[in-house]
Amino acid sequence: MKGSFRSVAFAVGWRTIHNVLHNPSLLFPGLAFPLLNFAAFAGGLSRLGHIPGFDYAPGYAGFQFCFVLLQSAAFGGVFTGFGIARDFEYGFSRRLLLAASRRSGIIAGYAIGALLRWLITAAVVTGVAYAAGMKIEGEGIDLVGLFTLAVLMNVAFLLWASGVAMRFQSVQAGPIMQTPVFLILFFAPVYVPLDLLRGWIHAVATANPVTRLLEASRSLLAGHPTEVGIAFGVAFGLIALFSLWALRGLRRAEAIG
Amino acid sequence: MNEIAAQIYHLARRSVVRQARQPANVVAPVIFPLGLLAVNSGGLQPATLIPGFPTDRFVAFALAIPFLQGALFATMNAGTDLAHDIQTGFLNRLSLTPLRGVGLVVGQLAGVSVVALIQAIVYVAVGYAVGVDPKSGPAGVAVLLMLAVVIAIGFGAVGIFMALRTGSSESVQGLFPVLFVFLLISSMNFPRNLIEADWFRWLANVNPVSYLIEGIRSLIIEGWNGEAIGLAFAISAALLVVALGASAVALRERMTRT
Repeated sequence: MKGSFRSVAFAVGWRTIHNVLHNPSLLFPGLAFPLLNFAAFAGGLSRLGHIPGFDYAPGYAGFQFCFVLLQSAAFGGVFTGFGIARDFEYGFSRRLLLAASRRSGIIAGYAIGALLRWLITAAVVTGVAYAAGMKIEGEGIDLVGLFTLAVLMNVAFLLWASGVAMRFQSVQAGPIMQTPVFLILFFAPVYVPLDLLRGWIHAVATANPVTRLLEASRSLLAGHPTEVGIAFGVAFGLIALFSLWALRGLRRAEAIG
Repeated sequence: MNEIAAQIYHLARRSVVRQARQPANVVAPVIFPLGLLAVNSGGLQPATLIPGFPTDRFVAFALAIPFLQGALFATMNAGTDLAHDIQTGFLNRLSLTPLRGVGLVVGQLAGVSVVALIQAIVYVAVGYAVGVDPKSGPAGVAVLLMLAVVIAIGFGAVGIFMALRTGSSESVQGLFPVLFVFLLISSMNFPRNLIEADWFRWLANVNPVSYLIEGIRSLIIEGWNGEAIGLAFAISAALLVVALGASAVALRERMTRT
C-alpha cells in the first residue's frame, strides 16, 4: 500500500515537472514574477532602508529577498494548482483517479512537482539577489531554516490551490486560487518592518500568519533568529489546515467522478 | 461623413453595451487597483518620512496608480473583445458590409472611454472619501478625468492593434504582464529624484509610463504643473497615434486575409 502511494506520487510529480520544463509558457511566469517584484521593490524602494527605525543588516535587497522568496514559494504552489485545474478540464484527472491505487498520492505528487518547480525559481532568485548586493549575515543553519520555511510555504499553498482546483475543476477558478494568496502576502509587512507600520495596516499585519513567517525569515537571513519556533508552528498549522482542505477536495472530485 | 458617423455610433453603442453586460470587465478594473492602493498606501506610508518626499500622505501620492492600472485593464478589454469578434467570425461578416476601418476602431475605443471615465470618477471619489483633496481644485479634477480617458484610449488602441495583429484573445491577455512591467519599473511608488538605485532611476526616466503617472499625480498633490500635465497628454497622444497607425495597417492585412 505504501509502495503504491509512493509510485503514484512520483509518477504525478515527474509528469508535473516534465510538463513545466518542456513548456516555457509554464516555466517563465513563475520565474519572471518574483524577479520583477524583486527588481521593483529592491531597486525602486531601496531608499526606504534609510528611514528612521529601519535597521536591517543584510540591507534592503536582503529585506525584500525574504519576501520575494516566500512569495515565489507560495505562487509556485498556486501555479501548480492551475496545472491541476487544467488536468481536470482536459479529462486527464478523471483517468488518473481511475488508475491510481492510492489517490492521496496524487496530491503528494503535485506537491513534489510544485516543490521541484519552485526550487528552480528559488535558485535563480537567490542568485540574482546575491548579485544585486544582498548581504547574508546568517550562518548555514540559519539559511537551512530560511529555505525550509519557504519549502513549507510552498507545500501549504499548493495544498490550498489543489483544494480549489479539485472543487472547481476549471482554470476559471484561477482568481479564487491566487487572489487570497496575493492579499495575505501583501497584508504582511512587505516594504518596512512591522514596527514601522501604523494604523489599520499594522493591525492587519500583526494578525496575519504570513507576518510570522516573513519576520522569522528576515531574522534568519540577518543571523539573529527570532520567532522561528512560532513561524514553523504557523507553517505546519497552515499545512495541516490545507491538507484537510485538499483531501476533502479530492473526495469531492471522486464523488463528481 | 454621415455614413461614417453612423457606423461609429452603432459600433460604439455595441461596444458600450457589451462592456456593461460583462460586469467583470467593469468591476475588476475598479476593485483590483483600489485594493492595491489600500495595501500600498498603508505599507508605504513610512516612505513619506524621507526628506524631500512630496507629500505627507502616501495615499495621495499613490492615487495616480489606479488610473494607469485601469488603463491596462482597458487595453485588455478592448483587445479581448475585438479578438473575440475575429475568432467568432464577426469581423468577417462586417467585412462584407460597407464598414470603414475607422468606424470599427473608433467605435471600439468609445466603449473603452466610457468605462475609463466611470473608473476615473470612482477613483477620484475614493480619493475624496479618504481625505485626498486634489490640489488643482475642481478644474483640475476635470483635467484629471480627461487625461485618464485619453490615457485609457491610448492603451486601448494598443489592445486593438494586438487583437488585429494576432486575432487571438489569449495573445491579448498575454500582453497584460508585459505592460504591467512598465508600471513596475516606473516612478509608481517613488518620485524619480528619490530613487536610490541608479539603474532603476535610469529605467524610470526612460519609461514613458513614469510621465503618465506624474501628470496625474501632479494634479493631485502639486496643483497646476504645466510641464507634467503637458508631457502626460503628449505621451498619451503619441501612444494613440502610433497604435492607431499600426492598427490601420493591421486592419488592412486582417481584412485582406479574411
